[in-house]
Amino acid sequence: MDALSSLADGFAVALTFQNIGLALLGCFLGTMIGALPGLGPSNGVAILIPLAFSLGLPPTPALILLTSVYYGAMYGGRISSILLNIPGDEPALMTTLDGYPMAQQGRAGEALALSGFASFVGAFFATIGLVFLAPQLVRVALLFGPAEYFALFTLAFATLGGVSSRNQAKAALAAALGLGIAMIGVDSQTGVPRFSFGEVHLYDGIDFLVAIVGLFALSEVFVFLEHRKEGEGADKKVSIGRIIPRLSMLRDTAGAMGRSTVLGFIAGVLPGAGASLGSFISYTVEKKISNRNDTFGKGDPRGVAAPEAGNNAAAGGALVPMLALGVPGSGTTAVLLAMLLALNITPGPLLFQQSPDVVWGLIAALFIGNLMLLLMNIPMVGLFVRVLLVPSKFLMPAVAMISFVGIYGVSGSTFDLLVMVGFGLLGWVLRKLDVPLVPVILGVLLGNEMEVNLRRAMTISDGDWSALVASPLAVGLWTLAVVGFILPLLIGRYLRPQAATKAREEGADPD
Amino acid sequence: MSDRILGGVSIALAAFFAWQATLIELSFLSDPVGPKTFPIIIAAVMALAGVAIILRPDAAPEWPAFGRLLEIAVTTGVLCAYALALPQVGFLLATAVAASFLSWRLGAAPLSAVAAGAAISVGIYVVFHLILGLSLARGPWGF
Repeated sequence: MDALSSLADGFAVALTFQNIGLALLGCFLGTMIGALPGLGPSNGVAILIPLAFSLGLPPTPALILLTSVYYGAMYGGRISSILLNIPGDEPALMTTLDGYPMAQQGRAGEALALSGFASFVGAFFATIGLVFLAPQLVRVALLFGPAEYFALFTLAFATLGGVSSRNQAKAALAAALGLGIAMIGVDSQTGVPRFSFGEVHLYDGIDFLVAIVGLFALSEVFVFLEHRKEGEGADKKVSIGRIIPRLSMLRDTAGAMGRSTVLGFIAGVLPGAGASLGSFISYTVEKKISNRNDTFGKGDPRGVAAPEAGNNAAAGGALVPMLALGVPGSGTTAVLLAMLLALNITPGPLLFQQSPDVVWGLIAALFIGNLMLLLMNIPMVGLFVRVLLVPSKFLMPAVAMISFVGIYGVSGSTFDLLVMVGFGLLGWVLRKLDVPLVPVILGVLLGNEMEVNLRRAMTISDGDWSALVASPLAVGLWTLAVVGFILPLLIGRYLRPQAATKAREEGADPD
Repeated sequence: MSDRILGGVSIALAAFFAWQATLIELSFLSDPVGPKTFPIIIAAVMALAGVAIILRPDAAPEWPAFGRLLEIAVTTGVLCAYALALPQVGFLLATAVAASFLSWRLGAAPLSAVAAGAAISVGIYVVFHLILGLSLARGPWGF
């Protein structure tokens, strides 16, 4: 029971006065961010990273703050799904199917409370899964050499492109674009400048924070600018009704929550799948199992519990590959990876050995944050509902300006701000063209690491390229990568419901 | 059509990237792979993706009308101007102007947009600078 004693140490780290305060703040901010239209976990966390960084918080408190925001945003996304039929983010999409009908029947409060509870169940058990699975994965990862790491990075891109996008070519293009951006700057091994066109500012490369905030947060402003006057439907009167769910309802939905938690966790652990897939699969499976009286889609509580448990379990599951291997499984975990790198922490097996206080403190903070979110969400849901009424014409300028403040705080450089505006525009164009943004971010984040591993492997083998497939482990990873990229071409249409396809076209928040 | 253009642009970008990669100067200390190879692999992937997109394009997205496109272009210009103006005129003034503009373009009436811009600027200044102690751009007047 190594994991449990490490976890106990983690609680000792997380249970300081400051860290609890930060977790509380993060949960609150996160729920607001999730509830606000146009802001979701990935762009919410993206805006906050540079801020946490320039405020000079030490790594563990900063991590606790930002992961609380991450979990909080996962909770908050459901509020607008249920009350307004507008998903706050993509994973919350499936919650609209039964949540909104419940709200129309005057049972909005029950739906919110039930989904809050389901979120708690999903996230709680996924965090337990993380405690036990991550150390196992670390043990495997310690066998990895540079060649295996190179294969693993390829696998991450391949499955990300294969599973979560509808057009493999566009995902590949996005990955190449991100990797290409990462190549800019002085080559770390030989010291020669690359792709910097004599521009001194480019010698250091492009800061991934600049790219992330531009692509995720600023592009949202352009999307709102484009769709102005179309979606200001937030002034509907909503009555909430009772906010404590009946015990019988919890009992009736317990099976749905259990099944969805398991499915969601598995979907989250798989690289490239993420929370959206977790909630889609959970809802689809639950509908197959429980829809005997054709009540799904008409306000069936199980149709609310299943996707919420699923997406929160997936959010927890996605942390497993991110922490243990340093390879994120979704858009939001890619942003969390950026946060770790900004704090000078390299995730991966070594992290568990060298700074167990960071890892286990973080995991303990997840448990604490989860409980806080449950306690906060049920009584305070009325407050969060009011947040929905903030019109985007006042909200989006504030989001844009806070993005600028964060990046300026990190670098103090006008050049970086201009690059960020460029990324914002690029993000908008790519979203219009249905090119996924997550592989771009992943490329920018992992590009240098990937190249370093390739070159290290080649140096060891003295330039023999067959070294890349020399070990059985590497061959296995390459096989998985190929299967992960190609298989969804054949079965992809069964994984993604029509509604999700539509949301993507409207440029919903990635993951 | 949009996708065909996207494919074409990617191929052109890949070609440019590969060409730039061949121009990277080699230093005397080098590993077997060197600094050129990985960028060239990336360029190859990008070009292949571009070809695939041209061969099997998706349905074209709905582009906004010309007026909206112009607006997005102007907003980009304003944000760039904001970035350049920050160190010149200081955080409060630059932010108030830029936030007012954004708010106005997002559909607020001119007067309330100006009020919102000022409120956003002062709000950020108070929260991030006065309370949290983050350093913001200082203009000639110190704010």
